[in-house]
Amino acid sequence: MLCLLVFVFTVDMVRKHKLREEYSVLWLVTSLLMFILVLKYDLLVAITNLIGAGLPTTTLFLCANLFLILIAMQFSFRISKHSNQIKNLVQENALLRLELEQLKKNTESTK
Amino acid sequence: MTRFTFFKLVPEDICMASLNHTVVIIPAYNEELAIGVLIAAIQGVVGDFADIVVIDDGSNDSTADSARRAGAIVLSHPFNMGYGITIQTGYKYAYSKGYEYLVQIDGDGQHDPEYIPSLLEPVMNGAADLALGSRFLDAASYNPPLLRRAGMYFFGSLVSLLIGRPISDPTSGYQALNRSVLAFFTNDSFPCDYPDADVLLMLGLNGFSISEVPVRMYANVAGKSMHSGLKPLYYVFKMLLSMIVTLLRKRSPYTGAGRSGKHAD
Repeated sequence: MLCLLVFVFTVDMVRKHKLREEYSVLWLVTSLLMFILVLKYDLLVAITNLIGAGLPTTTLFLCANLFLILIAMQFSFRISKHSNQIKNLVQENALLRLELEQLKKNTESTK
Repeated sequence: MTRFTFFKLVPEDICMASLNHTVVIIPAYNEELAIGVLIAAIQGVVGDFADIVVIDDGSNDSTADSARRAGAIVLSHPFNMGYGITIQTGYKYAYSKGYEYLVQIDGDGQHDPEYIPSLLEPVMNGAADLALGSRFLDAASYNPPLLRRAGMYFFGSLVSLLIGRPISDPTSGYQALNRSVLAFFTNDSFPCDYPDADVLLMLGLNGFSISEVPVRMYANVAGKSMHSGLKPLYYVFKMLLSMIVTLLRKRSPYTGAGRSGKHAD
């Protein structure tokens, strides 16, 4: 139930431009995966036995955990990229500001 | 990829480029008291030979105005970005204006401007691509606190080992460099916090020649420093990681003044 809600919510957010498509991928994939696992209980049990977890709920928790790790990683990459972009903007800003001041001085002296 | 093309030197710009070949860049943050005196002192040493550029890292005092009144060119960051980025702004400016040689000196007055010529000398006659001002080679300099000294010694030795050249003062911000090093530093593929051991490592691995020159540094009178604020433990971790990654990275072969004697652009 929750998975369906998350799935629908995510799609809606993308539609409303409140969430970028790149971030939505992980949310959609995970919620879909969880949904399938819950529906096909046998599949969940099979995976649980495969990874050696005690209870099927553990598997679900592990999935959620993995999801959080991945999404945090995605954010880290994005933030690093942004930091670099900000740095370049600040530097260009400083250089442009100087050029502007010099231009203003030049036009004023030629008036 | 960087969108730095706006400031690439274009033929029409040559006439707008400065007449001098050398520039002295001064990164400064809230140094309204020291900056005027420092600029005057530098002017006394270099005269008309070099231009002076102050990069104001988002100071909230009158640093920029004091610098301008003292006759320096001033670049201003809209907000505080930190020493490494500030110095790179200076590099980008210097490169775009066609300067051949650059000297960097701290804005708080800790570095003695009298040593600028001795820093420029090995770079200008091609003996080195980068001349590093070491406070430990000069007996008159102050000694930094023990923990910092230990760190400097450790990283200095590490870098010395890896690039095959003894480095006694890896964190010295008092340096002179040539245009090839400038080109290297303004490339976005090498983001780093200048100046430091990992940068020296990067230079060494890419074929640049580094030379050390004894200089004089004074203790921090006002008590605040642009380099402070970073927890020592985090610094050590960051440096080690950076150096390991540098060792793993691809190296671009370089033929420059230090090696072949010819000046590459």
